[in-house]
Amino acid sequence: MAEAVAKKREARAKIRDAGGHEVAMLKVQGLKRYFDVSAPWLNRMIERQPKQILRAVDGIDFEIGQGETFGLVGESGCGKSTVARLIVGLYGPTEGSIELEGRDIAGLSRQQMAPMRRRLQMIFQDPYASLNPRWRVRDIIAEPIRAFDLAKGQAAIDARVGDLLETVKLNARDGEKYPHEFSGGQRQRISIARALASEPEFLVCDEPTSALDVSVQAQILNLMKDLQREFGLTYLFISHNLAVVYHISDRVGVMYLGKLVEVAPAKTLFTTPRHPYTRLLLDTIPDLDMSGRERTPVAGEVPNPITPPPGCTFHPRCPFANERCRAEIPMPRPLSDGAIVACHGIEEGRIPDGPMLTLPARPEGLA
Amino acid sequence: MADTNMTSGSGFMDGMRRFFDGDIWYSFTRSPVTMVAAAITFLYFFMAAFGPLVAPHDPFDLASITLLDASLPPAWMEYGDPRFLLGTDIQGRDVLSAIIYGSRVSLLIGFASVILSLILGVGLGLISGFVGGAIDAFIMRVAEIQLSFPSILIALLINGVLRGVIELQNQADLAYAVLILSIGLSNWVQYARTVRGSTMVERNKEYVQAAHVIGIRPVLIMWRHILPNVLGPVLVIATIQLALAIIAEATLSFLGVGLPPTEPSLGTLIRVGNDYLFSGEWWITIFPGAALAILVLAVNLLGDWLRDALNPKLR
Repeated sequence: MAEAVAKKREARAKIRDAGGHEVAMLKVQGLKRYFDVSAPWLNRMIERQPKQILRAVDGIDFEIGQGETFGLVGESGCGKSTVARLIVGLYGPTEGSIELEGRDIAGLSRQQMAPMRRRLQMIFQDPYASLNPRWRVRDIIAEPIRAFDLAKGQAAIDARVGDLLETVKLNARDGEKYPHEFSGGQRQRISIARALASEPEFLVCDEPTSALDVSVQAQILNLMKDLQREFGLTYLFISHNLAVVYHISDRVGVMYLGKLVEVAPAKTLFTTPRHPYTRLLLDTIPDLDMSGRERTPVAGEVPNPITPPPGCTFHPRCPFANERCRAEIPMPRPLSDGAIVACHGIEEGRIPDGPMLTLPARPEGLA
Repeated sequence: MADTNMTSGSGFMDGMRRFFDGDIWYSFTRSPVTMVAAAITFLYFFMAAFGPLVAPHDPFDLASITLLDASLPPAWMEYGDPRFLLGTDIQGRDVLSAIIYGSRVSLLIGFASVILSLILGVGLGLISGFVGGAIDAFIMRVAEIQLSFPSILIALLINGVLRGVIELQNQADLAYAVLILSIGLSNWVQYARTVRGSTMVERNKEYVQAAHVIGIRPVLIMWRHILPNVLGPVLVIATIQLALAIIAEATLSFLGVGLPPTEPSLGTLIRVGNDYLFSGEWWITIFPGAALAILVLAVNLLGDWLRDALNPKLR
């Protein structure tokens, strides 16, 4: 087993381009996805309504290095899950490119995508909906093995399924059971085993723990960390639990209304949040130490993504907004400490430095 | 019964054990009406399967029929003959035997047409719900147009068209096929609409998305993932539709566009006997009519029970 792991790590030696620079596992550029949510054509003609376009993802750029964990946070409806579905190819992008180790996979057809599919898998949010209730667990986990033809013959497939179940700390004999015989946390382990079955390098995790009991969340996160170490996996980790994101991510991106407003190394983002929205978001983390920190309650609501506000989409809720913010869309700009922020106020230096925050407490049970 | 199977590890025995331990068997044992209905349905199936062995006479064996036995009343009445429990018809055929042979035909056509409309309806509903868009709109408009006519009218229409196409000398041979086609084609809509609805729910569930991410072909996703998850309600509809199909066949036969009197179904028997109702030979039409009513009622009750037993909200 140990030998196999070492071999695997060697195989995962970082891919470099001609200049010897490390190629990013995932590079997303100018990614957009619009949904047409207009009324049917006839209604539109009669009621003289314009087309209604929902901008779920409206031009985002980021990179994820090999073996890195990239956290993506934001309120509900900001487009996090759409990003996940775009990357794994469940949606085609309206515009922009998605490069997996230097190869553009955006908008490829099912056949063209086939060779890339094996290396890119997804873990879903709801462990009760993500496993087919009519299939035995062994068939669920064997599906990618059969689809990618990774093992020859029934005996080899069974052995591989048993290995995978043990990898996620379940019993090899659990394969005989049906999903309803397992708890939420166990189902999420099965879901992870299925995702690992095709020996992927990159896992998109769309809120993998938010449907779980708090006590189970830590177990799943620890398992994911162990697997990352063992197989050299790269994660895109989507969540709205900020404490979890801080402790599992290397870098974090903050999304607001289809745009990335700030990307920074986890520690930088949580100690010195720049963007006013990031500050507002971090202010909502429960303060268990009761430091008596002054809190500004979250004011206002996320605007409708069909008719986003002009200029910076955050300006209606922003205490620092001025005329420029209401008119001009801010571009992401890198700062000296590696953070990338899209904010006119930060660029102009007119926003006072936020208070240095204490880092979020480690969730109970997280290694 | 369950205990003796405990030790056996085979898949079939496992399934049987689970069935007898399960909620459905429990709800069955708690409903005397359902048990009676199931017993009656089973009796009909048994008669249909082993008709020639069970029937006291062969109503189609011309050698055994004599006109001397014609129009005998049921055995318990005056002039009744103990050989013919439910009396005889105008040609001296035993009514009980004719009913047994007739329900055989009725059940056969009922089952075959249900299977036809099930395959058609489930297939179209699955495609409609999974693919969506223009194909969905087209299939559903066809379904709605068909639904706006009474289904017996559609069956009559299809029946008429098919009979027009087939040459006259073949019509007797193809009577079964014509009936099955016309009843089957007039009843697929309900399956299609039900399956389409559940498919649209299942299509967006994460296990289907997981299959897409793995890169499984859409046809296989429909077949392996979605189909098993939408079949539950279909089973209930099929049971109730079996009763409706038997009635549709009887109606068509009663109207004279079904099976010929040489191969009578229950509907044909009722039609033929109907002519003698007012001349006092009521048993020729009443007994096949009662047999039809009891069969349809039993199947219907079974379907109603199944619908409730499979509905988790009513447990």
